[in-house]
Amino acid sequence: MSAAPAVALPDARWRPAEVAFWLAAVAAIFVFPGHLVLGSQVLITGLFALSLDLILGYAGIVSLGHAAMFGAGAYTAGLLAKHGWGEPLSGLLAAAAVGAVIAWATSFIAVRGGDLTRLMVTLGIGLMLYEAANQAASVTGGVDGLSDMAVRDLLGLFPFDLAGRTAYVYSLAVLFAVFLVCRRIVRSPFGLSLRGIRDGARRMPAIGSPVRRRLIAVYTVAGAIAGVAGALLAQTTQFVGLEVLGFSRSADLLIMLVLGGAGWLYGGVVGAALFMIAQSQLSSINPVYWQFWLGLLLVVMVFAARGGVVGAAAAARERLLRRSAR
Amino acid sequence: MFASLPGVLFDGVAYGSLLFLMSIGLSVTMGLMRFINLAHGAFAMLGGYVCVVGMARLGVPFLLMLPLAFLAAAAAGAVLERTLYRRLYRRSPLDQVLFSLGLTLMSVAGATYVWGSGQQPVHLPGFLLGQVRVLGVDVGVYRLFLVALVGAITAALVLLVRRTRFGARIRASVDDAQASAGLGINVTRVFSVTFTLGSGLAGLGGALAIDVLGLDPTFPLKYLVYFLLVVVVGGAGSIAGTLAASLLLGVFDVSGKYYVPAVGAFVIYGLMVVLLLLFPGGLRRGAR
Repeated sequence: MSAAPAVALPDARWRPAEVAFWLAAVAAIFVFPGHLVLGSQVLITGLFALSLDLILGYAGIVSLGHAAMFGAGAYTAGLLAKHGWGEPLSGLLAAAAVGAVIAWATSFIAVRGGDLTRLMVTLGIGLMLYEAANQAASVTGGVDGLSDMAVRDLLGLFPFDLAGRTAYVYSLAVLFAVFLVCRRIVRSPFGLSLRGIRDGARRMPAIGSPVRRRLIAVYTVAGAIAGVAGALLAQTTQFVGLEVLGFSRSADLLIMLVLGGAGWLYGGVVGAALFMIAQSQLSSINPVYWQFWLGLLLVVMVFAARGGVVGAAAAARERLLRRSAR
Repeated sequence: MFASLPGVLFDGVAYGSLLFLMSIGLSVTMGLMRFINLAHGAFAMLGGYVCVVGMARLGVPFLLMLPLAFLAAAAAGAVLERTLYRRLYRRSPLDQVLFSLGLTLMSVAGATYVWGSGQQPVHLPGFLLGQVRVLGVDVGVYRLFLVALVGAITAALVLLVRRTRFGARIRASVDDAQASAGLGINVTRVFSVTFTLGSGLAGLGGALAIDVLGLDPTFPLKYLVYFLLVVVVGGAGSIAGTLAASLLLGVFDVSGKYYVPAVGAFVIYGLMVVLLLLFPGGLRRGAR
């Protein structure tokens, strides 16, 4: 990722823009009370994109099968809720564990080789899981999906309502908690070594960095987060369809992250918001047009606007600072 | 209703030859410029639609439409290479993936807009229908025609690459583009011509594939995995490797779907992961 921020010493202070971002997310509860269902979907997808950002934006692994862990988490939480374990928070933890185990087990083949091999292996693993869920229809519901889930009240106090208020607050709280962890990770020596691997995988072993182990570690962490995102979707919508494992979920995710800007942590959430709001507006007119414009946007972005929205904002800020310093 | 093993194997070989035709261009261009082109299937789809439209609207016979499908896809490939692809050779793999994914989405939406989302029918000429008995095995005439045609094209490609001056330039550029450029080979032009040829072959493959694989706007996405699979397993830039990988995948996919339909698609993905584990650099390099 050439457009990612230049390596500087980690700075853990909260910038005003970051504070404003989270305040805006909270304010949305009161400003757009009628759109909280879409809002919670955006937050969940943003969480999913955050996990891809860890491996793509920081470690430089291009994955076309990230939905594998998302879907596994969704089915874990869904099946638990269907068979009597409807407590949401422990469902999240179980999904995180399943996502982590799947990511860890597949990481040994997913992080080796060149970009093309990685792309193919992640794609293949995703397709295999999709096919597995499709075939195991007696467990997963197959193409009909998994419904009849009994998700219990959050913390025993807040039932999931039709307006999506609980879902939104729940998703936002989980996103924020995971975000704090990720923020800490990317500013740690471990996170810096990931950036080193991204920018110069051949030089990192020379300074004693265990490249393979680092990549496996970050892939596993990202898998756990993707699992949590999948579980959130299952619990808040009370439904798991086969498309949670589909190729287009992985491809759309990649598009959202790049649209928002990879390597900034915020890019995923911003990209998910733009993508999903545009999708819900445009695809109601005609789903085919939406796909065409999305494709065109991608082509134009590759040529004209690398770095995404967050990258462009950071570059603008940099320019402003330099001008005022003169 | 239990087809003989040789019959199923032959179907697999016919399917594999189609895969070969549609992925050989991708393999050579990937070997040449390391360009990850997810939009290769769009050229195959274009060839298919040109064939259908030419036959249905203009009444051109099938055999005459095949070279026209080749030309149409080749022209599209040449234009796109000149205008867009060329600027991205030195970009990161992620940029190439995003660009070609965008192109694929546009082609899917465009085809849906122009031709609708349904399956397109193809009416093969009478002499390609029916079955014949070859060495005691019943095989479809059309599949026999496919295998023979692809065999002839493969022979021509091998001659082109092994025996001509242009082929020598391609081989040199695949092995080391920088050194070849230093020796006065115009690598950019070699790539342009190869890309055009590869797109044309994909278009031809797309036209031939309508009867076997079907044709609808999701074609580039549906078979994307297969094309990439062939290239990764066969090793980019190798005709022999691509052919071996195509036939292997064709036979395994067809016999897997025929004999063990319950695990259907697993066979092919499982095969892919196993092959990638055994031969990380492709079959050709693995065998060396």
